[in-house]
Amino acid sequence: MSHTAIDSRKIIMTAIAWGIGLLIFFPILWTILTSFKTEADAIASPPMFLGFDWTLENYTEVQDRSNYFQHFWNSVVISVGSTLLGLLIAILAAWSMAFVPAKGTKNVLMWMLSTKMLPPVGVLIPIYLLFRDTGLLDTLTGLVLVLTLINLPIIVWMLYTYFKEIPGEILEAARMDGASLWAEIIHVLTPMAVPGIASTMLLNIILAWNEAFWTLNLTAAKAAPLTAFIASYSSPEGLFYAKLSAASTMAIAPILIMGWFSQKQLVRGLTFGAVK
Amino acid sequence: MATDHSRIAARFMISPAVLLLLGWMIVPLSMTLYFSFLDYNLLSPGMEEWIGFMNYEYFLTDPAFFAALGNTFLLVAGVLVITITGGVALALLLDQPMWGQGIVRILVIAPFFVMPTVSALVWKNMFMNPVNGLFAHAAKAMGLAPFDFFAHAPLFSIIMIVAWQWLPFATLILLTVLQSLDKEQLEAAKMDGARKMSRFVHIILPHMSRAITVVILIQTIFLLSIFAEILVTTNGGPGYASTNITYLVYAQSLLQFDVGGGSAGGIVAVVLANIVAIFLMRMIGKNLEA
Amino acid sequence: MGSITLENVTKSFGDVEVIPPLNLEINEGEFVVFVGPSGCGKSTLLRLIAGLEDVSSGSIAIDREDATSIRPARRGLAMVFQSYALYPHMSVRKNIAFPLKMAGLEQADIDKKVDAAANILNLSDYIDRKPGQLSGGQRQRVAIGRAIVREPKAFLFDEPLSNLDAALRVNMRLEISELHQDLKTTMVYVTHDQVEAMTMADKIVVLRAGVIEQVGSPLELYRKPANKFVAGFIGSPNMNFLSGEAAQKHGAHTIGVRPEHLACSRESGMWKGTVGVAEHLGSDTFLYVTLNDGSNFTVRSDGNVDLNHGDTVYLSAEPENIYRFDENEQAIG
Ligand SMILES: Nc1ncnc2c1ncn2[C@@H]1O[C@H](COP(=O)(O)OP(=O)(O)O)[C@@H](O)[C@H]1O
Ligand SMILES: [Mg+2]
Repeated sequence: MSHTAIDSRKIIMTAIAWGIGLLIFFPILWTILTSFKTEADAIASPPMFLGFDWTLENYTEVQDRSNYFQHFWNSVVISVGSTLLGLLIAILAAWSMAFVPAKGTKNVLMWMLSTKMLPPVGVLIPIYLLFRDTGLLDTLTGLVLVLTLINLPIIVWMLYTYFKEIPGEILEAARMDGASLWAEIIHVLTPMAVPGIASTMLLNIILAWNEAFWTLNLTAAKAAPLTAFIASYSSPEGLFYAKLSAASTMAIAPILIMGWFSQKQLVRGLTFGAVK
Repeated sequence: MATDHSRIAARFMISPAVLLLLGWMIVPLSMTLYFSFLDYNLLSPGMEEWIGFMNYEYFLTDPAFFAALGNTFLLVAGVLVITITGGVALALLLDQPMWGQGIVRILVIAPFFVMPTVSALVWKNMFMNPVNGLFAHAAKAMGLAPFDFFAHAPLFSIIMIVAWQWLPFATLILLTVLQSLDKEQLEAAKMDGARKMSRFVHIILPHMSRAITVVILIQTIFLLSIFAEILVTTNGGPGYASTNITYLVYAQSLLQFDVGGGSAGGIVAVVLANIVAIFLMRMIGKNLEA
Repeated sequence: MGSITLENVTKSFGDVEVIPPLNLEINEGEFVVFVGPSGCGKSTLLRLIAGLEDVSSGSIAIDREDATSIRPARRGLAMVFQSYALYPHMSVRKNIAFPLKMAGLEQADIDKKVDAAANILNLSDYIDRKPGQLSGGQRQRVAIGRAIVREPKAFLFDEPLSNLDAALRVNMRLEISELHQDLKTTMVYVTHDQVEAMTMADKIVVLRAGVIEQVGSPLELYRKPANKFVAGFIGSPNMNFLSGEAAQKHGAHTIGVRPEHLACSRESGMWKGTVGVAEHLGSDTFLYVTLNDGSNFTVRSDGNVDLNHGDTVYLSAEPENIYRFDENEQAIG
């Protein structure tokens, strides 16, 4: 193949790939653009791509009308809270399984993963009733608990695979050096596993942020995170495309950015390490 | 690495995770099982009575169940077909030498990070709406009549939305696997005179096959439980045209307050998911050995 | 301070008994080397002493006090691991200071001791680096530094030099020997390399499949191996063995001759053979000879030997240099 043949092939590939990439990304781009239009421009025919009057009023109005930041904050509390709680529980479990494996360890791991396969509708009613009777319905505490539990298997699994890569001799050295179990976990294991723990954290915040079964079914208004808040746009009155877009843009922006950073962990975490 | 001391500590430290998950699985699941044998409606509390398998009989003979079962299957199968074929094609494309590959990758992966309610509403209103949606504008521009997606093809529309969300996942995983393919193997095949198509069939596809199974099984688990997308677009309608099992159980229990019937449906969903899950566990188990 | 006594110690992993009942006395200040082929249980034995594994039965005493169920940290022993096991996220200073910090020492004391150790080990220039920025030899020194600051009753080394290249290994071998001269602390050193064992040990413990085959000083083992296994394991190149008729002549089931005890001649000798390969190193010559009965002998000769591939050669040894073994591989006489 000559030089120009390779180059023209590369040019064609670049064009096709960018075309398809932009096509797939277009709904997001369109949402972002629409969020800066007036409601009238948002439904103008023919559609306006860039030549409209840019405005920020949708953003302020979404906040004024519906207390947007309350829901945003709920999302933050639920996703970060459930992730931290999950990490705390999972670090201990993963330490045990990675460094003191017993005969049944593999089965315990498998069983933990299998709980992830339990379809949520199978336990929807009891959880709903238990939450109703204990006053956990529509509370952040309740959602943090549920999301911790549904993501715990993934957290345990990811940490387990990261811990597995840390040589046991280093922990033994710490033990010889007089470290107690806590000192071993806090001063040696955790700092060494920081990259793994950070990735796990990132992925789980994303999963919890976008979780849309429990958050929709267990909240009404007070504790509703963004998933549930956005769902309230499904029965609109009047002009609302621009405001829907503004609310959506704010809801997805932080997670989109986090997601771009955590592509690798996504593959590892969601496939339970079956694909590396 | 194992003295009695550390073994005892290990038992102790693994127990919160085990107990929590055990509680999460066993307590509500056995409650669901129990409710499924009761005539139990939230609107008439205190009137619960044991009715044996009646709820199952009603649920499993209800035409809505068959509609939902069929829709669940179509939804899962439709999304799988689109995402797997699309994912393989996109992975092959993104693996080619090009400029700005990293940026294209970021563009392609983006939909996966959009929360389900946002993507469903954006598609429903800004693209598929028969009056103001972009598709309607496009149809009018070409002199065609706009198509009312959710009225006439509700399930298809939902499949498209969900496929858009999951295409990135399949692409990302297949691309990761493709990039791990030993390029010398391909060059050797080239030297041996293998044409593009036969390189794809005999080398690339087998290399990706395990990852494809993983993608299929993981997506299936998630796709069986699609909920938010239906809730904010069609509410399962018109009629039961876009109701899946998950949504049916939700509607029965939290909209009609029929706890007994909903629970029976929940157990059916668990059984169905288990059949799928068994395959998945087998496979991941094998990977654990490797 | 620093004697270690193992009494009827056994260790099983599940159903597999890795160490059958074993007794061993390590005296204060001794440099003891456990040597044996890979997988024979050296590390396991060391880890039992360290307390990183529980014994299945038997007891371990340190300074005559029972330590069998004492936790590793409380045994007063320091260990240097094969992989060095440095804490990758800590600087050299923090690595060495870690055991002192765990012991709850004052910061000023810690600094003093760390600086002293760094001085001894020539680490002062690297004290603020992370282990990832050090060479293999430097990492090894940090691991040793971390061990010596604790002023332990004994040092345990698990193949500490096996990850170093050959030249560095010789250097570190000397450094560890010197350290032992200076500190006079008991050292228990595990290796599969008999050269390390011969050059460093006061006392060598030869292990095979968890069983002690022989205990003794390097020269004792060289001169009076208790059995064929020890005879073949100690000494480099390995001892040559002959069995059958040639051995029966000497009233043994098997006889052995060390390569350095063989004399060659072109005319006559005890065993006739053909030179396969001749390695002329200048100072020495190594000959690989195939005897007429098909067995292979290695010969170590002086640099002046002028034999080459295909030459016929006669080998012989002085009677006192012929080791004799019975059918149970035990030494005779
Ligand atoms: N944690 C363990 N579980 C099971 N078997 C082990 C374990 N540690 C060591 N062994 C076995 O014990 C034997 C001795 O191992 P080791 O002490 O590491 O040998 P060496 O250090 O002499 O090479 C080997 O056969 C090894 O497979
Ligand atoms: Mg070893």
